[in-house]
Amino acid sequence: MISLKNVSVVYRNFQLGPVDLTVPGEEFFMLMGPTGSGKTLLLEAIAGLAPLHSGTVTVAEEDVTGNSPGRRSVGIVYQDSALFPHLTVEQNIRYGIRYMTGESRFGFDELVKLLDLQPLLGRLPEKLSGGEKQRTALARALVTDPGVILLDEPLSSLDQMFKGGIRRELKKLHRETGTTFMMTTHDFADALSLGTRGAVIREGRIEQEGTVEELFYSPGTPFMASFVGMKNVFSARFRGCCAEVRGMEIHTAAGRTGGGFIAVPPEAVVLSLQPVETSERNRFRGSVTGVEQTGSLCEVSVECGSGPRLISRITRKSLLKLGIEEGLELYVSFKASAVHVF
Amino acid sequence: MRSGPFFRVCFFFAAAVLLFLALPLLNIATAPSPAIIWDSFHDGEIMGAVLLSLYTSGMAAVICLVVGTPFAYLLARKDFRGKSLVQSVVDIPIVIPHPVVGIAILAVTGRNHWLGRILSDLGIRIMGTPTGIITVLVFVSIPFYINAAREGFVSVPRRLEKASMTLGASRLSTFGRITLPLAGRSMVTGTIMSAARALSEFGAVVVVAYHPMIAPVLMFERYQAYGLKYSQPVAFILVAMSLAIFILLRVLSSGKRVRT
Repeated sequence: MISLKNVSVVYRNFQLGPVDLTVPGEEFFMLMGPTGSGKTLLLEAIAGLAPLHSGTVTVAEEDVTGNSPGRRSVGIVYQDSALFPHLTVEQNIRYGIRYMTGESRFGFDELVKLLDLQPLLGRLPEKLSGGEKQRTALARALVTDPGVILLDEPLSSLDQMFKGGIRRELKKLHRETGTTFMMTTHDFADALSLGTRGAVIREGRIEQEGTVEELFYSPGTPFMASFVGMKNVFSARFRGCCAEVRGMEIHTAAGRTGGGFIAVPPEAVVLSLQPVETSERNRFRGSVTGVEQTGSLCEVSVECGSGPRLISRITRKSLLKLGIEEGLELYVSFKASAVHVF
Repeated sequence: MRSGPFFRVCFFFAAAVLLFLALPLLNIATAPSPAIIWDSFHDGEIMGAVLLSLYTSGMAAVICLVVGTPFAYLLARKDFRGKSLVQSVVDIPIVIPHPVVGIAILAVTGRNHWLGRILSDLGIRIMGTPTGIITVLVFVSIPFYINAAREGFVSVPRRLEKASMTLGASRLSTFGRITLPLAGRSMVTGTIMSAARALSEFGAVVVVAYHPMIAPVLMFERYQAYGLKYSQPVAFILVAMSLAIFILLRVLSSGKRVRT
């Protein structure tokens, strides 16, 4: 369990916090946010590696605010694994054993077997692949049986082909050790596949906290909506189940009054050359102002009169089939239930 | 691939510089006859001066290592107001004329200065003693050690030290098990550089301690009294012995460089 109360850290011109956060024991908690938002600094504050300006840190029911990093029951795994380059894999894993004061639930042999490190024990870190390095760093952090494992973007430096394997290893480790994991990531796929709960941090403060599904599908602020990839985020005036956005009336499933925001996932915005009778309650005519390739998908921007510019994400095949190019007049439509109101 | 005219010009200048550096040293090695060199090895004054040079410069290098290491680590790891000024102060001995160093050290260690009176009360003499020689040698050579060691510490990622501390190691233990082995090569390089600098010092030493004579002072005296021919054997023995020691240190400290 991790509990942060009013935690703030001042590092050069950057202020982290104040942060209040509780992560129950045995949870896999995801910490997300843009680069420079303070994710790593928060992990280092928990680990005792960044001095607190204010607040208290509790790990496994013990107030560790005044403790040195080695007396906090916290293990850390960095993005670059931070293996000691002059020590072999075995020496790296055994590094912390001599400083242990209590018993560990995991023996060296057990962890080596669990993470399949037996053939690598005699190697130096420079002879390891990215995935092998991270597995070694995980074993090194777990061998002292800390109450909490902090993972600082452990997958971001790995090739795509290694990522899946390490994700599975992390899941298995979390399940079999029952240790609290807190992991920072940029990758939504990591968050969705590993995390149970999470938080998004922005400019040193928690923007939103909740289950991973809530973070992605019910963003509470315009920043959150754009952070999780909802491209069509607009401020609106609400009258029941109708949101007015720059003169355009957009039907919503949820009713409310006053000011607020709406967001429409670009995947939910359908493009057609002719007006088609469907159950979709929002349909507008507009002209294409831009087409951007994003891998196998394309993002098409459509200007709808004086209303907002809507972005639709479609396949390249659909783009070619409809003959979409800049200046083409077409129809955009989306369901009222696809409009997220906040 | 054939080198173009640009690289031919570069090669020409490289060869000219190498010749410029090597020719005087080759002459030192070849000018004295083997008989003169053999006699020099049995000349008590020459061997006494050479051994005193090796002793005082070795001691100076050890002192630089001991007192310079914490200082270099501090410069590598901590940011503080006035840090660039502190770094400039460290480099001062490199840029000021060395007789000035000798005069400055004599001024603060003489009886007219409070520090000199304290040293005198403690029975420590600077003027005309090996202690005085070591003092000026530390002064002129410590920037070489601190700069090399600082670069070595900077090259060790902080994350390695942080990871070590979360695994239970104290700062001191982390320094001993992680930082020192990874920066050790730079520290040895710094020690060799500071020893080399100390070994070649003349200007500051001749002010503080003409006697007992270190090798460069003896060379100067023999050159003035008897001419070039009699100073060259001293130079040959000094260069030969110091090269042997530096090569040995290099070999001992060499090993596979660890990528951090």
